[in-house]
Amino acid sequence: MGKSLFQKVWDAHAVRVLPNGQTQLFIGMHLIHEVTSPQAFAMLRELNIKVAFPERTFATVDHIIPTEGTDRKRPLADPMAEEMYSAIEKNTKEHGITFFNPETERQGVVHIVGPEQGVTQPGTTIACGDSHTATHGAFGAIAFGIGTSQVRDVLATQTMSIAPFKVRKVEVTGKLKPGVYAKDVILYIISKLGVNGGLGYAYEFCGDVIKDMSMEGRMTVCNMAIEGGARVGYINPDEKTYEYLKGKPYAPKDWDKAVAYWNSMKSDADAVYDDVVTFKGEDIEPMVTWGITPEHAIGISQAIPAVSNEVMQEALEYTGFAAGEKMDGKKVDVVFIGSCTNGRIEDFREAAKYAKGRKVAAGVRALAVPGSYGVKKQAEVEGLDKIFVEAGFEWREPGCSMCLAMNPDKLIGREISASTSNRNFKGRQGSSTGRTLLVSPVMAVAAAVTGTITDARKVFEIGG
Amino acid sequence: MSLGPITKVTGRAVPVPGDDIDTDRIIPARFLKCVVFDALGGQLFYDERFDADGKSIGHPIDKEQYVGASIIVSDDNFGCGSSREHAPQAIKRAGFNAVIAGSFAEIFFGNCTTLGIVCATADKATRSAIMKAVEANPKAEMTIDVDRKVVKFDGKEYAVDIKPNSRKAFLEGSYDSLAGLLDGLDAVKAFEKTLQYSFK
Ligand code: SF4
Repeated sequence: MGKSLFQKVWDAHAVRVLPNGQTQLFIGMHLIHEVTSPQAFAMLRELNIKVAFPERTFATVDHIIPTEGTDRKRPLADPMAEEMYSAIEKNTKEHGITFFNPETERQGVVHIVGPEQGVTQPGTTIACGDSHTATHGAFGAIAFGIGTSQVRDVLATQTMSIAPFKVRKVEVTGKLKPGVYAKDVILYIISKLGVNGGLGYAYEFCGDVIKDMSMEGRMTVCNMAIEGGARVGYINPDEKTYEYLKGKPYAPKDWDKAVAYWNSMKSDADAVYDDVVTFKGEDIEPMVTWGITPEHAIGISQAIPAVSNEVMQEALEYTGFAAGEKMDGKKVDVVFIGSCTNGRIEDFREAAKYAKGRKVAAGVRALAVPGSYGVKKQAEVEGLDKIFVEAGFEWREPGCSMCLAMNPDKLIGREISASTSNRNFKGRQGSSTGRTLLVSPVMAVAAAVTGTITDARKVFEIGG
Repeated sequence: MSLGPITKVTGRAVPVPGDDIDTDRIIPARFLKCVVFDALGGQLFYDERFDADGKSIGHPIDKEQYVGASIIVSDDNFGCGSSREHAPQAIKRAGFNAVIAGSFAEIFFGNCTTLGIVCATADKATRSAIMKAVEANPKAEMTIDVDRKVVKFDGKEYAVDIKPNSRKAFLEGSYDSLAGLLDGLDAVKAFEKTLQYSFK
């Protein structure tokens, strides 16, 4: 009987079974950022313990860093933000950990920086004190978010105590229609399987739709696995994966050996899964959320469904929308393109294609925030920044920005934002009454230029 | 790191009903900018407890009859959302040692276990019965018996579940994982040499 990639990678990293029954799992690559790591370093200091494998941890600063160029001067205006920034500087220096900071021009959202630097590789285990760590699964890594105590454990031992997951094969067959993107695919999957559907599972995404996706699209899909409850989401590596990694700063030097290892880690054709679900690519249309969890997502032509549970009721009370209404035509105040879900070069290319020669509607505040320096520089080489600025977007420095509004980018009051990020929880974008509608980058551009949620395919005449 | 076994949790309880109480609600993101966890207790559920002027809007944990409670009773998918340990830290630092809910988000559950917060699950009927009983007699003490997996309250017993691994860890006092991991550090160093990749 064959094995899935998950099982192979797990087995290759299992050090032993701990007395508590869980696996002591070796973490091949560990990423840290400024919000969830300082407390872990503080705990190490208390115990007088050193980082065991400093060359297997990489750091960046993304959550609290302002994305307005002039605000990035140190010390940062917000003293707490400055304290976190200084803490990660000091901790990485003290323990000999590589820090991708703005000075190195390698800084960015942790889940964009990993792949860009080539430290995200197939067949590896990756952990980070951040729930969207499954993003790295797009490369065929087993990657998951951990809490601060586990960050401490990984720093101290490069291992952690964890129980294995079940594996669900999530297959998306056929082809996507024009104007439908990876973001729509994952919102669709979550709307069908629910925000709890993946509890206890690793999702193996596969099928022709996934195979046809670029690495950027695959990262968007894996990024949101956690929003469907699955802590791990991954895709078997293929030529596209290897092509993406080639030439990256940390790409393996012995390339052929690495490729042989990567190939050996792929799921076998006769791999056994705990569950299999299949969706048709053709059934998916541009998606938009109407509520307070990513499960509250519908196609642009659809209406908000009738209330069938308390969370839906609560969602409608919060957003002020009503069952039976369409999202098409809803006014927006803010448009945010960025985040670890949709802040990569391809997202900005696609968005710029439609922003070009158009203007952001009056009264709409539109932000384009590249996910990393790498993305920003590439976009500027291609002149995308100019397209956005001419259209009336603000073009920013890299960071998480309005994805969770820990930096100065925030919604005000009940503002509605069309956002390419991954969470529409209450208060997520910095205002306790603000509303977030999750969409793809192209739907976000359509919202920016029309001032409303609307079918981007009609506005931009996509797919005739 | 011998934190001692946890065989039971005793204290007053507070019902916080509702499904999908996510980590942004447990601790709003703007409070995450701390390099130590000390202040988080007072910020637990902040946006659901206080209006813009910082006045209480009557969240259960602020209601007179529940102040001082140390067990939260809630519904499905408690703690979903972010992996931030700030959420269980806020719960712990606000004085809570256990949560009874329909289900828990996985990362949150793991974080709670490491901190010694007992997470017990109960079906809807049981939860409602517990909540009703607590509402009727908010000053009575509740005991969660970790070994027997029961909640004792006001003369009644309610069956709950506690995941085997975390139950075992509580009973043995091994819920903080680091000691066990450090034990095998030499083995880990040898293991690392067998891995097919490195970043040196
Ligand atoms: S972009 Fe958003 S979801 Fe991604 S790491 Fe930053 S805050 Fe988290």
